Amino acid sequence: MQPPAEHVHWLFATGFLLLGLCLVAEAVVGTEVWRRRAWRAYLWPGLAFGLGVLMWPVMTFFTNSTLHMLAHGAWAEVLMGAGAVELALVRGKLQSPAWRLMMAAAFAVSGLAFLVHEQNTWFFQRSSFLHHLLGWTLLVAAVFPLVRSVRPRSHVAAAGFALTFVVIAVFLYCDRDVAPVFGHLSPLAGPPHR
Amino acid sequence: MNAELVSELEVPKQRTARARLVSVLGPLTALAGAIWAIAQPYRLTILHPHGQGFWWLFAEPPVLVIAVGLFFYFAVAPGLLEDLEEAHAASR
Repeated sequence: MQPPAEHVHWLFATGFLLLGLCLVAEAVVGTEVWRRRAWRAYLWPGLAFGLGVLMWPVMTFFTNSTLHMLAHGAWAEVLMGAGAVELALVRGKLQSPAWRLMMAAAFAVSGLAFLVHEQNTWFFQRSSFLHHLLGWTLLVAAVFPLVRSVRPRSHVAAAGFALTFVVIAVFLYCDRDVAPVFGHLSPLAGPPHR
Repeated sequence: MNAELVSELEVPKQRTARARLVSVLGPLTALAGAIWAIAQPYRLTILHPHGQGFWWLFAEPPVLVIAVGLFFYFAVAPGLLEDLEEAHAASR
């Protein structure tokens, strides 16, 4: 009953896509309008926290290597942490915008975890390519939550932050267990399937 | 005799660029999913369900993308557009 790894990536991609759409909408209408209804204010921080919780079963069941387990555990912790901080900011339990640095840390830790736990080269197979791409994307995109913590009203930071989640969703949807990338597939990766 | 029938007509609502952008987010996402489904029909295991396991039938990426677009359009966008129009009216 355990899903193949690519299906788990697609399901997480769906969560990230919804998260991205909510953040794009918030960037378009402004935080004040977005938070006019309580359920909407809690929607994306709650979604981030929930995705962090769901990462724990991934860590538990996909134990094909210690590095994978550690990387999934790190993602679970930072996603839950960042989601919890955003929830506390919405609720008013936390006041300082400097708490948004937690999201920047989550991006950086996630990016590093992607890069560290991918042992193969970029063109070994598609999932290797995507792990490298996701890692560097998250590391570079960490600048957006960093700017948000210093300048909370920056439109560029809000838009960049939102679009990062959409891009992550697209990359995760591209994932396949064994598939070529730009015509490259190492014979060591095994036979490709659909 | 009342000749002012035109006064009964409502002025069509002028949507701001922001409102238009919010209202197309969901449909654009669903359209992207539909285009993906047409481009890679083999991703839709529902079209050939024989011999497929649960996960292949449950997690079909183009359908998931369309579902997210529709969810956003029907559950998130309407209330957001209302609030945006109220805020716009209040600021005038």
